[in-house]
Amino acid sequence: MRGLRGDAAIVGIAEFAPERKPSRTWMGVEVYSELARQALADAGLSIRDVDGLITGNNLLEAQTFIPATLIEYMGIESHFSEVLDLGGAAGAGAVLRAAAAIESGFCDTVLCIIQTTMPPTNPHAAATQRARDWGGGVWGSPQAEFEIPFGAIQGSYGYAMIANRYKHEYGLTYEQLAKIAVDQRTNALANPKAVFRNTPLTIEDVLNSPMIVEPLHLLEIVMPCFGGAAVVVSSKETAARAKNRPAYIIGAGENTTHRSVTYDPDFTHSPIKAAADRAWAMSGVKHGEIDLASLYDCYTITVLLTIEDAGFCAKGEGPKFVEEHNLTYKGDFPVNTHGGQLSFGQSGLAGGMSHVTEAYLQMTGRAGDRQLRRCDTVFVNGNGGIMSEQVSLILRGG
Amino acid sequence: MSTYRKETVPIPVPSPITQPFWDATKEHRLLLQTCDSGHIFYYARSHCPNCLSSQLEWVEASGRGKLYSYTVAWREQSPDFAADVPYIIAAITLDEGPRMTSLLVETKPEDVEIDGAVELVWDDVSPEISMPYFRPVAKVGAA
Repeated sequence: MRGLRGDAAIVGIAEFAPERKPSRTWMGVEVYSELARQALADAGLSIRDVDGLITGNNLLEAQTFIPATLIEYMGIESHFSEVLDLGGAAGAGAVLRAAAAIESGFCDTVLCIIQTTMPPTNPHAAATQRARDWGGGVWGSPQAEFEIPFGAIQGSYGYAMIANRYKHEYGLTYEQLAKIAVDQRTNALANPKAVFRNTPLTIEDVLNSPMIVEPLHLLEIVMPCFGGAAVVVSSKETAARAKNRPAYIIGAGENTTHRSVTYDPDFTHSPIKAAADRAWAMSGVKHGEIDLASLYDCYTITVLLTIEDAGFCAKGEGPKFVEEHNLTYKGDFPVNTHGGQLSFGQSGLAGGMSHVTEAYLQMTGRAGDRQLRRCDTVFVNGNGGIMSEQVSLILRGG
Repeated sequence: MSTYRKETVPIPVPSPITQPFWDATKEHRLLLQTCDSGHIFYYARSHCPNCLSSQLEWVEASGRGKLYSYTVAWREQSPDFAADVPYIIAAITLDEGPRMTSLLVETKPEDVEIDGAVELVWDDVSPEISMPYFRPVAKVGAA
C-alpha cells in the first residue's frame, strides 16, 4: 500500500495568540488574508508561490463558493482548493491533504488556514438577508457590494459577456453556437433518461427562442432539474476485482482563478487551459487518442471555449470546428453523448457528475443506442461558477 | 431616487473594510487602492490581491476606461431589475488598469461597442451611497 513518501514539508506558520475576550473583531476575508500574509512571511515565501488553498468551513461573507471567494480576494491561482469540515481535526487534516496533493503533483505550495475569530456586529441585518436570498453572499461579501447592486447576479450574464468578448476578438455567429445545442439534442434523442429525449431541435428553433442575455438564447441555457449521481473510485487492486471494466484516472488538473467573471483574467483564454494542460501532461495522452469529449455545458459558449482551451483546436478556430465536425455519437468528434446538461438536464450540483457517469457508461459499453463503437479514452471537464473553477480528467479503460 | 434605474435596490451595504470607498461615492469620487509595492486594484479590500500587503492607501480613479465586455439583459436576472429591462451589465477596464463590474447607461443596446471609451457617471441612490455607472464617451464629430 502506498502512502506519503515524505516529499512535502511545513515551511512556515502563523498563529494569533488565544484570547478569552477578543481584543478585536475581524471580517472573514480579512482574517484569512492576514493569517496567510503572516505565515508566508514566516516562510520567506510570497503569495505568488501559492497554488493551493485548504480552509475551514467558516467564512463570514460566503456560505458557498468559499475557496473561489478567498482565491479572488487574495489573488491566488489555485490548482487544489478545498473546504475542510473535520472539527478539531481540521488543522492536521489540512496538512495531510496538502502533502498528498503536493506529492501527487497537483500543486506546489498549499496554504492551510483554520480560524475562529469574532466578527463585527452586522448593522445591516435586513439588507444582508436580501442579498442572501439571491444566493449572492452575505454582509461584507464582494458579490453583495460590488456585483449584485450592478445587476451582476447568477451565471447567465457572465457567460453572455464572455461570448460577446469572444465574438469581438475572433468572430462568432448565432448559428455556430446553436449547432452545439442541436448536436447535443441529437444525442439526447438516443438517451431514454434525457429530459428532452422526445423533442428534436433545429438551429432555427434555437434562434427563434427568446433572447435572454445577448447573445445567448433560451435554448442555449441549461434547464435546472432535480436528481443526483454517484461514482465509486477505488484503488487499482480493488478495481481489478470489480465487475466492470475500470476507468483509470490517468490525468487530472485543477484551476481556480476568480469568483466574479469580471476578474476572470482573460475572457477568451479561459482558466480551463491550465487545468487541461496539467491533465494532458500527467497522462501522456494525445488529443487524437480521445474517443469522447465529455464537457461541462451550462451554456453553448462553455462547450466552444472548452474545445479550444483543452487544445482540440487552436484558439479562435472553435466556431469553425463545431461547424465542420459532427458532435453526435454518430460523428467524428463525439461530445456529451448523453445529451449534455443542455438536453439531458442539469440536476443542480450533480449536473457536472453526468459527464463522468456518461464517460463510464460509454467505456463499459452500456450506453445503449448512443454507444460509441470504441471508447477507451475520455476527456472530462467540470466547470463551476462563471468559469471560476475548472477540473479536467483523462480516463482510460483497463 | 435613481437617475438611471426604476428601482434603487439593491443598495450596497458597507463593511468596516469598504466603508471609506462608499463614503467617497457621496462626493462622486471613485476610489482604488495601492499597496506599498505599487500594485493598484479594485474592489476595496483589506489586503492587496497581488502581494497580500496590508499597507494600503486610497487613490482616486480618473473615471475613464474602456468597455471590456457587456451583455444586454432582455430578461431580468434578479427581481429588482425587472422594471429596467433591457439593461446593460458591463465589465469596464479602468484606465488605471483594474477591471470593474458596472452598468452601462445613456446608450442603446445596438450602439454599444466593445473596447469603446467609457466614462463615469454617478447615481445618487441614497443619502449614504452613490452608484458608479458608466456611459460611452461621445465620439468627436458624431452627430
